[in-house]
Amino acid sequence: MNPTLHAARLGLSRGWIEFKQQLTTPQDLGFTVVSTVAFAVVLYFQRDATLPGTDLPLAAATLPSLLGLLIPVNGLLGAVGSLSVEREDGTLLRAKALPQGMIGYLVGRIVSLSFSTVASLVLMLVAGLFFVPGLFGIGLGNWLTIAWLTVLGLLSALPLGAVIGSLAGSPQTAAGMSMLAIGGLTAVSGVFYPITALAGWLQALAHVFPLYWLGLGMRSALLPDAAAAAEIGGSWRPVETTLVLLAWAVAGLVLAPPILRRMARRESGSAMEQRRHRAMQRVT
Amino acid sequence: MGALRELTGGTDIGETAAAIEARGLRMAYGQKEVLRDVAFVVHPGEVIALLGPNGAGKTTTIEILEGFRMPSAGHVRVLGVEPARGDERWRARLGVVLQSWRDHGRWRVRQLLEHLSRYYEPYADPGRTPLDTGELIEAVGLAEHAGQRINRLSGGQRRRLDVAIGIVGRPEVLFLDEPTAGFDPQARRDFHDLVHRLSDLDDTTILLTTHDLDEAEKLADRILILAGGRIVADGSPDRLAREFSRDAQVRWSRDGEHFVHATQDAVGFVRDLLDQHPTGIGDLEVRRATLEDTYMTIVKGEEA
Repeated sequence: MNPTLHAARLGLSRGWIEFKQQLTTPQDLGFTVVSTVAFAVVLYFQRDATLPGTDLPLAAATLPSLLGLLIPVNGLLGAVGSLSVEREDGTLLRAKALPQGMIGYLVGRIVSLSFSTVASLVLMLVAGLFFVPGLFGIGLGNWLTIAWLTVLGLLSALPLGAVIGSLAGSPQTAAGMSMLAIGGLTAVSGVFYPITALAGWLQALAHVFPLYWLGLGMRSALLPDAAAAAEIGGSWRPVETTLVLLAWAVAGLVLAPPILRRMARRESGSAMEQRRHRAMQRVT
Repeated sequence: MGALRELTGGTDIGETAAAIEARGLRMAYGQKEVLRDVAFVVHPGEVIALLGPNGAGKTTTIEILEGFRMPSAGHVRVLGVEPARGDERWRARLGVVLQSWRDHGRWRVRQLLEHLSRYYEPYADPGRTPLDTGELIEAVGLAEHAGQRINRLSGGQRRRLDVAIGIVGRPEVLFLDEPTAGFDPQARRDFHDLVHRLSDLDDTTILLTTHDLDEAEKLADRILILAGGRIVADGSPDRLAREFSRDAQVRWSRDGEHFVHATQDAVGFVRDLLDQHPTGIGDLEVRRATLEDTYMTIVKGEEA
C-alpha cells in the first residue's frame, strides 16, 4: 500500500463527506441560495435590455458571465475561508499530527470545494433557464468548453485561495481582502455589463485577471456565434482565454506548495492558541 | 579515526533505546529564553508527568518533541529520530493530544474516528494492529454519543474524543497536553484507567502535562518539574517528597486540645511523645509531605 496514494484516497472520501455536510448545513446552503437568488434578480431586471450591437437579451449575456464569476467566488473565497478558519480551529494541526495527514487534508479540500463550485454552477444554470430560454440546446462541444473552463478556473482559483489563506493573519482579514479583490474585479470584468463600455485602462486591467476570461469563455459556449460581435475584437479569443487561465493556474500551482508547506511547518498548538486569543480580544 | 567512528556509532545505538531523550535543549523567542537547558530521558513504557507553573515552557517542550516546533539548540530524539526531521513513518508511531481542539465540528464521533484511524493503515505492524474504533469509543465512554455531531459534545466529551483520536493509531509514544482539563471526577477516573491500560497492556510511553498534582501522583512513574527553563526535579513522587521536604507533620490531641508539630524525625518524635505521656494521647496522625508540598517547595525555591 503506497502511503501517499492511500492518503490521497482518504482525501477523496473526506472531500465527499464534507461536501455532503455542506448540503445539510443551513448556513452554507443559505449562502449559495441567497447568492443565486440575488443573481436571478439581476437577470430579471435585464430581461428587456439587449446586448449592444445585437438583438440578444442582455440577460443571455450576463448569465454566462455570472457562471464565470461563480468559480472564483466559490473556489477562491472557499479556499481562503476554509484554510484560515481551519488553521484557527485546529483542523490543520490535526492533519499535521497524522501520517500523511496534510495530503488527505488538501485533497479533501480540493474535492469538496470543486463539488460545491460545480453544484452552485448547476443551480445557477437551472435558475437561468427561466430567463434565458433555449439555454440547453448548445451541443456537446459547448458543454465540454464549460467543463474545461470550470477545471481551468478551479485550477487558477484554488491555489491562489490557498496562498491568501496561508498568508493572512486572521480569517476576517483573509475574507475581507479577497471579497474586496473579487468585488473590484467583478466591476471591471464585464460580468454585469459589457466590458466595451469601460475606459481603456480598466479594460486592460481586467485582461490581466482570470475573471474576464472566464466570463468570455462561458459566453462563447452559451451564446450564438453572432454575439461575438459585441466582444472586444469581435472574437471569443479562445486561445488567449486558455493561455491566461493556464498562466494563472501554473503560477498558483508553483507558488502554493512552498507557501502551504511553510505555513504548515509553523503551525503549532501555541500559535493556534495565540491566534485564538487575539480573536477573543477582537470580540470583546 | 575509523575506530572512533565505530565507537560513536555504538553509543548511538545505546541512546536510541530511550523513547525520548533531550539534552541541552534551548528555546528562545527573540530575547526571551523559555527553555535554558532542559535535559531528561524517558524509557520505553514509562509514564512521565511534566509539571511546572504556567509559562514554564511545558507546552513548548512537548511541541518540540512532537516535531511541531524547532528548538533553538540542543539534542532531541523521540524514538531515536530528531523530531524536526521525523518522516511520516515516525509520525505514525506517535500520538498527539493538544491542549485545545475545536476542529471537525460537523463530523460525527464514530465517522471521524474511523476516518482518521485509516491514515495509520499503511504503517500497521502485524504485532501492533490499530485499535478497533468501536472498542475505543467504548473505552473513552462515548458509546452513547457515537452518532452525534462533534460540535454538540460537551467540553469533557470533546476532550475524551481528542484522547481517542490520539491513541487510535496505537502509538508507541503518546503526548498528552493537559488531557483532563474540564473533566468531571468520573471522567477523570475513567481517563486514569485508560492511561493505566495503555501503559500496562500496550507498553505505551506516555508524556503528559497537568496542573493536577494528585493526577500526576496517580499516573506517573516519574515526575519532571520544569521551572525557570530547566528541569529542576526528576524522580518518582516518593523520591521527590523525600529529597525536597524531609519534614513530616505530626498531629495529636491531649486532654481535648489539638497539637501539630513539624519534624524531620517523625518516629523519634512520636516515641518521645508517647514516653512522656503514656496515657491521654489521641488522634495521632503522621503525615508525610504530599506531592503538593514538595512541588510548592521546589517551585518557590526556583523562583526565589
